Amino acid sequence: MSAASVCLHHLMEERRTLEDYQGGVPRWCKGCGDNAILAAMQRLCRDEGLRPEKTVFVSGIGCSSRLPHYMRTYGFHGIHGRALPIAEGIKLTRPDLHVFVNTGDGDCCSIGAAHWIHAIRYNMNLTVMLHDNHIYGLTKKQASPTSPLGTKSNTTPRGSYLDAMSPLTVTLGVQNASFVAQAVDWIPESLFQIMTAAFRHRGLSFVRILQRCPEFVGNMFEPWVHDPQRMLMLTHEDGIQISPALQKIYRNQVVHDPLDINRAREIASSEDPIPVGILYRNPAVPCYEDLRRAGMLRTADSIQGSLEAEFDKFTVWP
Amino acid sequence: MSAAVEMTGSRTSAKRVVTLDQAVVEIMSDSGEGAQKCGQSFGSIAARMGNGVWTVEIIPAEIQPPARSIAGASGNRIRIGSKRVTNGGDEADLVIAFNEQVLLGRVNAGELKPGCIILLESMWAESSDGKIASQYRETLGRLLAEGYRVHEVPMESECRKLVSDPRKGKNMFVLGMLCNLYSLDMDLAREQIAFIFGKKADKIIKSNVALLEAGCAWAEQNLEFGYRLPAVRATEPQLVINGNTAIGLGVLASGMDICAMYPITPATSASHYLSDVFERAGGIVHQAEDEIAACAFAIGSSYAGKVAVTITSGPGYSLKQEGIGLAVMAEIPLVVVNVQRGGPSTGQPTKAEQSDLLTAMFGSHGDAPKVVMATSTIEDCFYSMITARRIAEAFNMVVVVLSDASLATAQQPFPRPQFSADWVAPPIDQNPVPEGAKPYDWDPVTGLSRRFVPGQPNGMHTLTGLAHDRSSRVAYDGETNEQGMHARSLKLAALQKMLAPPKVFGAEEGDLLVVGWGSTRGAIEESVEKMCAEGYKVSSLHLTFLQPMPGGIKEILQRFKQVITIEGNWSDRPEDPLIDDSNRRYSALAMLLRARYLVDVDCWSEIRGRPIKPSSICAVLRKRLVPEGTRS
Repeated sequence: MSAASVCLHHLMEERRTLEDYQGGVPRWCKGCGDNAILAAMQRLCRDEGLRPEKTVFVSGIGCSSRLPHYMRTYGFHGIHGRALPIAEGIKLTRPDLHVFVNTGDGDCCSIGAAHWIHAIRYNMNLTVMLHDNHIYGLTKKQASPTSPLGTKSNTTPRGSYLDAMSPLTVTLGVQNASFVAQAVDWIPESLFQIMTAAFRHRGLSFVRILQRCPEFVGNMFEPWVHDPQRMLMLTHEDGIQISPALQKIYRNQVVHDPLDINRAREIASSEDPIPVGILYRNPAVPCYEDLRRAGMLRTADSIQGSLEAEFDKFTVWP
Repeated sequence: MSAAVEMTGSRTSAKRVVTLDQAVVEIMSDSGEGAQKCGQSFGSIAARMGNGVWTVEIIPAEIQPPARSIAGASGNRIRIGSKRVTNGGDEADLVIAFNEQVLLGRVNAGELKPGCIILLESMWAESSDGKIASQYRETLGRLLAEGYRVHEVPMESECRKLVSDPRKGKNMFVLGMLCNLYSLDMDLAREQIAFIFGKKADKIIKSNVALLEAGCAWAEQNLEFGYRLPAVRATEPQLVINGNTAIGLGVLASGMDICAMYPITPATSASHYLSDVFERAGGIVHQAEDEIAACAFAIGSSYAGKVAVTITSGPGYSLKQEGIGLAVMAEIPLVVVNVQRGGPSTGQPTKAEQSDLLTAMFGSHGDAPKVVMATSTIEDCFYSMITARRIAEAFNMVVVVLSDASLATAQQPFPRPQFSADWVAPPIDQNPVPEGAKPYDWDPVTGLSRRFVPGQPNGMHTLTGLAHDRSSRVAYDGETNEQGMHARSLKLAALQKMLAPPKVFGAEEGDLLVVGWGSTRGAIEESVEKMCAEGYKVSSLHLTFLQPMPGGIKEILQRFKQVITIEGNWSDRPEDPLIDDSNRRYSALAMLLRARYLVDVDCWSEIRGRPIKPSSICAVLRKRLVPEGTRS
């Protein structure tokens, strides 16, 4: 965009309030971490000046996936596991739209796992939030792929049998990963900062958000919530800078260059302390929509032109 | 079939030239020897002469099958006629085979007429490999004993006189023989060669023309028979393409922007073709990671823009079902093409079947009304895509287009379409939605509502696969759930009121009505003509819209003493000891007609993986029309 058109764009811009982005009243449980994610999203939309009609929140099925209903933007509450391919279809068709994806650990890492892997590979300009509470909530407490070994649930009454998968290491292992971050619902300021960086990244930004589910696994993150020293804050001049207020609470900080993928993979493997911040960011990875869209305008004339040329190839003239 | 013998004075040899009104020819080779190109060229030349043509590819299931094997047979069946040809016809009248093994597959499958003429490459008789030579002699003996009229042709050695590698080019020698045998215009044949090798060097064209002329001369001197299929030169340009290419061209013509797909036989060639041409016209073919993703991608694309299409075949169609239900529930327009193949499960991937009708209509859980259409000709494959896009858009519905493996690779000339701007999807609406308008403001009579597209100010709402009210808010109460269900169902009725009643082929009333859908049209209508010529009172009805079915069908059914469907799917055989009225499973369309119109509709079906032959249909109809015991 040229400087002049940026200027014009700003002239046209209206100032919006948080209320302008608030849709239905959230029906999540009291204390659910999804509320924090919703608040961060509404603030992000306001602060980034997103036009509600140009913004789409796409989701699958599960507690996380109710989020679009609570935004006053366009929303697409789809089917279980398929939020990513739906969002890809929207984005490829309409690069002018801001497309966000809300998905859960069951939705993304289990039923939709194939789409997750390939979405990373396509690297379309989407902002993906993995609401990871380590449990199936909407279907009432079953173990998910990210449940820690031994998690007692309705399908694993004697404890879950398998080690949890790590969404971060998986994502970082896929070709074309371009933005991988981790946030936690209980540090709203950091969550907002990370989501803003994710939104501003051009490519697929994958943010795993550790999210509390007080109803079914109330103690899952308690040790970390109560001990700031068990949080590892990633900072870098090209990444997130932590505010002085937060710095006083979260003293366990490490400088990490988001371009260093090997170090990112090491950090991603750490379950304790929990890393928070941008693990990896590489703006040079091409976006699928840029590779695929020729930018050609489709008009009746251009369609007729290419159609007649094709007909010519197959015509038997009398 | 009428046949007249003539002696032509213009020829150098005393060739007996018989006039025919139709003929079925097959060319069989190992894959890679060019039988396909030969057959298609033969069809194109005949089409330019004004003959009716229908060509069918005979494709081995394996990519690199062993040479000289029954399973590796690759070839082409060409039916040519004096008039328009609408199907692949009955058993072959003449077969040209590059070796005796590829021929055997066709013999064993019963695809040759008794006494069929066989032109067989004779080089194998002198093979240094004793096993090959003895296989050849053995097969030759069998063919002669079974009454086939075999002519051994030294194709390889004749070609070697002109080129060093006869394997590349033998097909043009064969084309020359065929031009001679069927009295095709050699100038047109030379032009055809120039056309197919157009991008290559002049030298290659010349060498192929030389092979063509050699084949023609050899047949003239050595084969004492020939045929002529008089035709009136076409006056308008014709397109010669197969059904899948027609689908691809139809997608392009409809103005759709996005096709999302996952590779599956026999649908993929439509996407291959689109991938080649679509992007030059600003469209995109997205090869998704799986069938489910392809469907979801198309839904996302349709939701945010113009109607999108996903193209698949049976197993892929099954996988898309949940997505299709979402599009129905959320009223997102979508075109789904199912090029049907043999099922269930992996079934017969390269073979034709019509077994997906009920799954197309009733698939996806819950009540999920959608439009189902079937293509019945190659031309129809093209126009169906435009119609499907328009219906999807006008009604915010899923439109399923059923084609099948036999249309996918069959070619038939049809008039070159005249472009109309109406074909093309209008630009997406980005105007502000009036204040207070609701995304599902269902019309009480038609069930229709206006679709809000992202980008439209004031139109913000969250679309959902959950039951929802007019404002797209999640509905937990029965009343609202029923309202939505009501509206989605009404849209089918609204469409049905716009459909013209189907036209009867033949007399409006009579003793027997044959009802069909999809690719069987040509074979059914040819059978009706044949039966009428024999004095039977038979007509047919072919349905394009299966859901909703147009009005007027019941009245048509009632004007006939008997009604039978002919379909390429399973139906229980009444003669089986356990089968009776209380348990017989009818063919799909028969079941639907019986249920809707309370008419005693019988059915006959075949699932042999090949197009149903007119002679099979005639045999069935005769049996129904001639009372037991009175048959001579």
